[in-house]
Amino acid sequence: MADHKRIDEATGTSTVGHEWDGIEELNTPLPRWWLWTFYATIVWAAVYVVLFPAWPMIDGATEGLLGWSSRGQLERELAVDAKRRAPIVQAIGAAELADLPARPELMQAAVQGGGAAFRVHCVQCHGAGGAGVKKLYPSLTDDDWLWGGDLPTIQDTITHGIRNPDHKQTRMSQMPAFGRDGILEPAQIADAVSYVRTISRQEKPGASSARGAAIFETNCAVCHGASGEGGRQVGAPKLTDAIWLYGGDRASLTATITQPRNGVMPRWGERLDPVTIKMLAAYVYSLGGGEKLAPPAGGTAAPDGRQADGKP
Amino acid sequence: MASPEHLAKASLYEARKGVYPKKVDGFFRRFKWGIMAVTLAIYYGTPWIRWDRGPYAPDQAVLVDLAHRRFYMFQIEIWPHEFYYVAGLLIMAGIGLFLLTSAVGRAWCGYACPQTVWTDLFQHVDRLIDGDRNAQIRLANAPWSVNKAARRGAKYLVYLVIAFWTGGAWIMYFADAPTLTHDFWTGQAAPIAYGTVAVLTATTFILGGFMREQVCIYMCPWPRIQTAMMDEKSLLVTYKDWRGEPRGSLKQAQAHPGAFGDCIDCNQCVAVCPTGVDIRQGPQIGCITCALCIDACDGVMAQIGRPRGLIDYCTLEDAAAEQAGGTSKPVRKALMHPRTIIYFSIWSAIGLAMLFSLGQRTRLDLAVQHERSPLYVQLSDGGIRNTYTLKLRNMEARPRRVSVSVSGLAGAALWSEDGAREDARQSLDVALPADSVTRVKLFVAAPGGGPARQDFTIATRGLDGDPRGDSETIQFDRPET
Repeated sequence: MADHKRIDEATGTSTVGHEWDGIEELNTPLPRWWLWTFYATIVWAAVYVVLFPAWPMIDGATEGLLGWSSRGQLERELAVDAKRRAPIVQAIGAAELADLPARPELMQAAVQGGGAAFRVHCVQCHGAGGAGVKKLYPSLTDDDWLWGGDLPTIQDTITHGIRNPDHKQTRMSQMPAFGRDGILEPAQIADAVSYVRTISRQEKPGASSARGAAIFETNCAVCHGASGEGGRQVGAPKLTDAIWLYGGDRASLTATITQPRNGVMPRWGERLDPVTIKMLAAYVYSLGGGEKLAPPAGGTAAPDGRQADGKP
Repeated sequence: MASPEHLAKASLYEARKGVYPKKVDGFFRRFKWGIMAVTLAIYYGTPWIRWDRGPYAPDQAVLVDLAHRRFYMFQIEIWPHEFYYVAGLLIMAGIGLFLLTSAVGRAWCGYACPQTVWTDLFQHVDRLIDGDRNAQIRLANAPWSVNKAARRGAKYLVYLVIAFWTGGAWIMYFADAPTLTHDFWTGQAAPIAYGTVAVLTATTFILGGFMREQVCIYMCPWPRIQTAMMDEKSLLVTYKDWRGEPRGSLKQAQAHPGAFGDCIDCNQCVAVCPTGVDIRQGPQIGCITCALCIDACDGVMAQIGRPRGLIDYCTLEDAAAEQAGGTSKPVRKALMHPRTIIYFSIWSAIGLAMLFSLGQRTRLDLAVQHERSPLYVQLSDGGIRNTYTLKLRNMEARPRRVSVSVSGLAGAALWSEDGAREDARQSLDVALPADSVTRVKLFVAAPGGGPARQDFTIATRGLDGDPRGDSETIQFDRPET
């Protein structure tokens, strides 16, 4: 069949010699532009293989003459970005942490940088936006702090962590396991629970809470304060407010007194650089619960405990 | 059956036939001169008009500031979220074209379309350098010589200067014109500026210098759409064949009085046509109704002592009336018919609505976003706090002070991230820099007892003279009980 090649009269093109029921196939050449584009892509590919990583080998790929790699490009871009941020990062590093709120442009940058670091290192426990996880990790957005919510205190907490036994400067305290270790009888625990629920205005005073008051004074007041106002030196939560990390109902309170959680937070001072920790502190401070710096000891604190900076 | 040779030679491509329009004078030619002067002056001159807006805004009357996302037009400043004004302007331009087309036919094509104006300009350059129609034809057919090369070189150089000036004027609308001109010539302008000028120079050079009427006939969709806008009451450039036919030369007409019409077949109407059509074949896609053939024919009629208007603007209705021996309606009446009145009503209604809304708009805009993580925060005193991000747009060219307040939320207190809860109040004062968007993180605390979801209103009010502000209703969340 293939020897029936002939020149087609209408087009002047030769046929390939195939014929089906009178229908013949023309051997029309490829358009020149297409052919040259095709050749150009072959040349392009050859040059590319020499210049860029191309052939997969057992450990990695051929490197290419230009030495380009996607990881190297990312590193260069990160370096450029770090250089761009350097001045403001340096300024934040040089500034006194407590002065940041008075310098809005630094504070804003610190909050942004801290937010980025928070999303990498902190959200796993404290949740997006510092919302916390009920019965597990405290909210960082409210106005209740276990260890204190002013800037240097937050910085200190992040740097040294909470209850890291292998670290000297860590924040350390331990609530005894009153139930598990048999310090209190279950009935006594129930009375203590009644008392705690009374001072937080969840229950009306009664016989149980009256008994509980005595138990509280002997066992709890040393950390939680005589009236349950809490003690930040030891991270003892305030018991008179509406915020309960591990729950404020009877069952939760009983569980807490029986076997406390004594929550742990890792220390970040060894993993993050001081400026990042500073920015993290600023971010946490900005979430809504940040406390103004307590006046220095012997300072002129206003009677109502507010800061003596002239503001109401 | 078609022969193979015939098949092989059949082609869908039609080569351009050269158009060498003859110089003409007359009413419409002068009118076109006037329109060309006005449109070119508007195009080249507008960016250079200054307009004082004070120290916080640019002083260019018309400025499309893409970099800062502002659009300035004399007294009016438009922000990106007000783009509907620009959309409204475009719709008005569209309906304006409908109106124009239904009233006076393809007047846009004939007089004001940039393609027409620039083609006209380039054709004048042709006449200036090569001479009038006959000289141009002679030169086009002549073999290459020093003279031809010199003339062609000079002509293309002038084309290029005009094209460059056209492209250069365009970018002036997008930045401060004097600064950009300085930067452009000192090599400091943005690459996009040079790129834009290069592209527009090339398109002007090619479309105005070489493609000309082919753009109208083959490329432009408008002539096709236009036919839908026209009816028997639209003005068309019409050869009144009932008066002109049969054609005969002046000699023949004198030899046989009464046997011939007014058309002496002098071909002047074809010679002056910038798109190279013969209007005597009736309305056609190539006719942009520039009316230059009317001028040419009127001149000839005056010379041979016949009344003007053998070729004239005429509606199909009038053509039928005149053919039947009647007279045309006066132009004023011809323009006023239902279609034009409807188009005009829509056009002016959109314009008035936009003017009204421009007068009513506040230049202080508020957008509120509810913080979602966490949706609410339990406070130690039993209260609940929600967090909102306010986007305050101060769209005036002056710094402003506004007060933010809430209503519809019992016992609500608010403070910003600069303050603390101790400073919480019923309202919050914010300073807004001129012509900018300010973001404020707003904390709103309210007593804990209440519905899990409650709508309330956050409102702004100007504290510096103009109290008009904006408000937004948004949700306050409490824990589900």
